[in-house]
Amino acid sequence: MNIEYTPEKLYDDLVAHKLIIPVGVPGIFGRGAGFEDVLRRFDALVSRVAQGDGAEVMLFPPTLDRRVLEKSEYLDSFPHLAGAVFSFFGKDSELPRLSGAVHAGQSWEAWQKMTDVVLTPAACYPVYPTFTGIIPERGHLVDMQNWVFRHEPSAEPTRMQAFRVREFVRVGTPDVVVDWRDMWLQRGVELLQSLGLPAHSDVASDPFFGRGGKMLAASQREQKLKFEVLIPVISESAPTAVCSFNYHHDHFGKIFDIKTASGAFAETACLGFGLERCVMALFKTHGMVPAEWPKAVREKLWGDAR
Amino acid sequence: MIERIRAILRDHGRLSVDAGLLGDDTNLYEAGMSSHASVNVMLALEGEFDVEFPDAMFRREVFGTMGAIRAAIVELTKGR
Repeated sequence: MNIEYTPEKLYDDLVAHKLIIPVGVPGIFGRGAGFEDVLRRFDALVSRVAQGDGAEVMLFPPTLDRRVLEKSEYLDSFPHLAGAVFSFFGKDSELPRLSGAVHAGQSWEAWQKMTDVVLTPAACYPVYPTFTGIIPERGHLVDMQNWVFRHEPSAEPTRMQAFRVREFVRVGTPDVVVDWRDMWLQRGVELLQSLGLPAHSDVASDPFFGRGGKMLAASQREQKLKFEVLIPVISESAPTAVCSFNYHHDHFGKIFDIKTASGAFAETACLGFGLERCVMALFKTHGMVPAEWPKAVREKLWGDAR
Repeated sequence: MIERIRAILRDHGRLSVDAGLLGDDTNLYEAGMSSHASVNVMLALEGEFDVEFPDAMFRREVFGTMGAIRAAIVELTKGR
């Protein structure tokens, strides 16, 4: 099969088939019914694969306590990706100035102040503060699906400012956490391959900010703390990360005072499927019309051969 | 030089031990220095010794002990 991999082609195809709905801001778009159907089916497939694990389901809004972001060192690592929520705290008498500036097309930042919430940057961030204290012997396993925000406007369809992540978090001793991460790394690749996607895993690093960020990325890579599952979506030579696995050691354990029964700080790891990217990988690989996808893929997602 | 490095580690290393007790070969990561703290140490070393670490030196071992840091500074200031 000959597939032309460019960001423009994917974007145009998705729009032409009403799978995504442009709204005028790069990295923000609506999702059409066909896109959502595949996303929900894929998410349900992840649920089936994880069914026996006994994870506790948690759902959070796409906003996060600002203090959690501040404590987590996110702003030290990714100040350029963070998004804080601002609002108007003024009196009646100040409204005309705000309103006047808005309608005159001028900057209205001066009448905005930071609120107590930020946009959630990663699906797992709201979870860690809930575990402060001594964890049970079996640790914790959490299953969630959250909208996340990254300030990286781009016309490239897989680089979104807001998207959903189906995420799992494991909290426990180092052995437990690493074994779980390794189990899911294999499981994640197999799950995507079972949908006819050419997926493979590799060591990765996060897009940390600045020169210090280069050092953090090198350290992360050297310690093999991050893995990604990659599939060609907009480029054959630079495949897109559709699933990401992060091992934090006791980073969150120390910050949120999460301990094991022995008194040591608990370790954590998480993995997340970028749901829109997984869906785009399916459309790119099998075509823009799900009814024409291979029977085995349709059976896997829809449970029939429609 | 080692005392200037020690002072930077005291101010920026967020160590869990007294910087005065560090030997040349003490593992700084085991002494509590996090990845983020090591970035601050790196930037402070650049200011103190007027050097710029090239990307190739962004390896954990380069900042892993006071002795390793000294060797890196010696390398970067060679010929001055």
